[in-house]
Amino acid sequence: MEIPNIVERWSGEVTEVTLGATKEEGGTRKKIIKLGGANCIPYIDFEGCPGHRPVIAMDVLDIVPEEWPEVLLEPFKEVVSSPREWAKKCVEEYGADLICLKLDSVHPDKGNKSAEEAVKTVQSVLQAVEVPLIIWGCDDPRRDNEVMPRVSQAATGERCLLASATQDNYKTLAALCLADGHNLVTQAPVDVNIQKQVNILVTDTGFPVDRIVMFQTTGALGYGIEYVYSIQERERLAALSGDKWLALPILCNVGYESWRAKEAKARDEEAPGWGLARERGPLWETITAVTLLQSGADILRMLHPKAVKAVKKQIEALYTNNA
Amino acid sequence: MALTGLDIYKLLPKTNCKKCGRPTCLAFAMQLAQKKASVEECPDISEASKQALGAASAPPIKLVTIGSNGRVLQIGEENVLFRHEEKFYHPPGIAVAISDNLTDKEFDSRLQKINGLHFQRVGTEISIDLVALTNQSGDKVKFAQAAQKLASGTKLATILISESPEAIGAALEHFAKRRPLLYGTNSKNYEPMAKLAKEKNCPLGVYATSLEELAELTEKIKALGVNELVIDYKGKGPKDVLHGLTKIRRCALKKNFRPLGFPTITFLEDEDHFQEIVQAATYVAKYAGIVVLKSYEPWQVMPLLTVRQNIYTDPQKPVQVQPKLYEVGQVTEDSPALFTTNFSLTYYSVEGEVESSRIPTYILAVNTEGTSVLTAYSGDKLNEKVVAKAMSAAQLEEKVKHKKLVIPGLVAVMSAKLREETGWDILVGPKEAAGLPSYLKTTWDKHGKKD
Repeated sequence: MEIPNIVERWSGEVTEVTLGATKEEGGTRKKIIKLGGANCIPYIDFEGCPGHRPVIAMDVLDIVPEEWPEVLLEPFKEVVSSPREWAKKCVEEYGADLICLKLDSVHPDKGNKSAEEAVKTVQSVLQAVEVPLIIWGCDDPRRDNEVMPRVSQAATGERCLLASATQDNYKTLAALCLADGHNLVTQAPVDVNIQKQVNILVTDTGFPVDRIVMFQTTGALGYGIEYVYSIQERERLAALSGDKWLALPILCNVGYESWRAKEAKARDEEAPGWGLARERGPLWETITAVTLLQSGADILRMLHPKAVKAVKKQIEALYTNNA
Repeated sequence: MALTGLDIYKLLPKTNCKKCGRPTCLAFAMQLAQKKASVEECPDISEASKQALGAASAPPIKLVTIGSNGRVLQIGEENVLFRHEEKFYHPPGIAVAISDNLTDKEFDSRLQKINGLHFQRVGTEISIDLVALTNQSGDKVKFAQAAQKLASGTKLATILISESPEAIGAALEHFAKRRPLLYGTNSKNYEPMAKLAKEKNCPLGVYATSLEELAELTEKIKALGVNELVIDYKGKGPKDVLHGLTKIRRCALKKNFRPLGFPTITFLEDEDHFQEIVQAATYVAKYAGIVVLKSYEPWQVMPLLTVRQNIYTDPQKPVQVQPKLYEVGQVTEDSPALFTTNFSLTYYSVEGEVESSRIPTYILAVNTEGTSVLTAYSGDKLNEKVVAKAMSAAQLEEKVKHKKLVIPGLVAVMSAKLREETGWDILVGPKEAAGLPSYLKTTWDKHGKKD
């Protein structure tokens, strides 16, 4: 029996964004990453091009994480005091596509370190790995506005991804990214309209739209994932229908959010009915990630190597034709 | 696809007789299209038109009921492709397989584990729905024996899996009136299988390796008088299965294509314990009716049940917790007291952070009709009077002696008014729940505890 034709043609396409610059392009990266390019619903390539594969950025912190559960700390325990070694391990051993360097140490409550120290950290990580870098501020606007200019300048030409610009605080970061040749994360609080607004505000400053990655503050599995899921799905559908202000790659902060869940971090003795912590935590992060993939995520910030491995397998499967 | 008002108008007598209470036939047609009127209200409509309208108004995806007493699962009758368009109605069934090839002892202990797969989350119990008995032995006597054990050993709904109508028939003896899903129907055995399903009034699970073949098969089975079907497209790998599920959903909703207008069932085949759940979660998000797992460890099942719970919440209704005073940990009259809203996401973020601080705390969930702190404040659902009322309703002044209330940092502006209204000391807490552990450990310790 013949099946009705249900192929849909979409008019829009997700803008292609490039992370990392090679020597020829003015940087020092050996690997660069392209995002976007999709003109169909995620992975439904019988009606279009699914675009570039989603990528995994593993988080590297510039402070020793204090509240991580043992299961999460274990794979990094030899490297947590050296961002450089930590980043190397993520790329060489755990297969990270890129590194998200989180500059927590400059936060007033987490060490209040100087901009010089942050610059040194960024430089050491850039030297240690060949993949592109996300540089994420400490989310304290005052310190970020002070530190990010120095950091951005130190990475001039590397085409990093700097985070994050909000509706209330975007000018400094947009200007930096423009001047130093970086890409920019624009952030919204699980709200399509604010996301669109901040994208427009940023481009109004003269910033090119093809250097923007969108970030709706992620909710983990069990902790609001459905809100983010639907917001991202709406953004992607808007993109495919031709809304260029939302036709941009999407970033999710999967690792940090997942490991805040008690289902992920509870120790065996605290949750005897939930099964082994060493499997449970990584799977919680994995399922958060693969669910968000279905809503159109392009960059997943992740933590546990086991989760990274499982999500990479799934991405591979979603791009593999057996039929 | 549903008929438009104009399509319906063409089927009406077009006499504008007003017997239905509407001024014109067109007005009646419009109300029919919006499901605000019933065809029966027109006394003059022809039988043929009635049938045409009846068929068109049947849901595009058939509702299928599995189980009778004990746990009952209803799947199907979905209206949308994306949850934000409306909502997803019937959460997919989560099934765990058990083989008839296990020894008695193995079978009992496995079943005990399967029966235990339920958890408490955000004040609700989440649980698997089905046990799927496989006829791995290939022996109908063994299958029937296992069915007997299963029938007495679980309250969960059941799937009986075999391609042998004899085996299914023998097993069914032990499931009288329990309405299991009979799975294993294909283009070769559909006649005896359909006969069984019809006799015993059971839903039937049908599989094929192409959508075309599947559509043909469901039509043949419907012609034999069985209408409650669950369909299984045996795809080649995760991407192909995702494509199949998407095509089935679209055919039903966009084209009103009846041969595929049924809920689906998908068996997870991956040997890797993570990938099995990864794929199951993907299908829960994208159009599964039932997923059947081989695995049964709580750490595998809990995240899957959570995905289902999350994806199937109503996006138009904020999820609320009961507005009341919650006690986290062993609270005393010296414990900190803070308030937040009864929007479940807000409340559970706060509760989670308080728990992780390990400082026993009172959390007052103020009724803001399930809105977040800022939304409630700007909509005047959260003000000093609302908070004061919630405090007295919860008799907070009898629970703590310090008369100090920690308020969300986002509504610091209401401090003065709240102080005036209640006479309590108002301490401004962090703006984000994530700041609570350090707030409770330091600021509260310094300013809150002591007078």
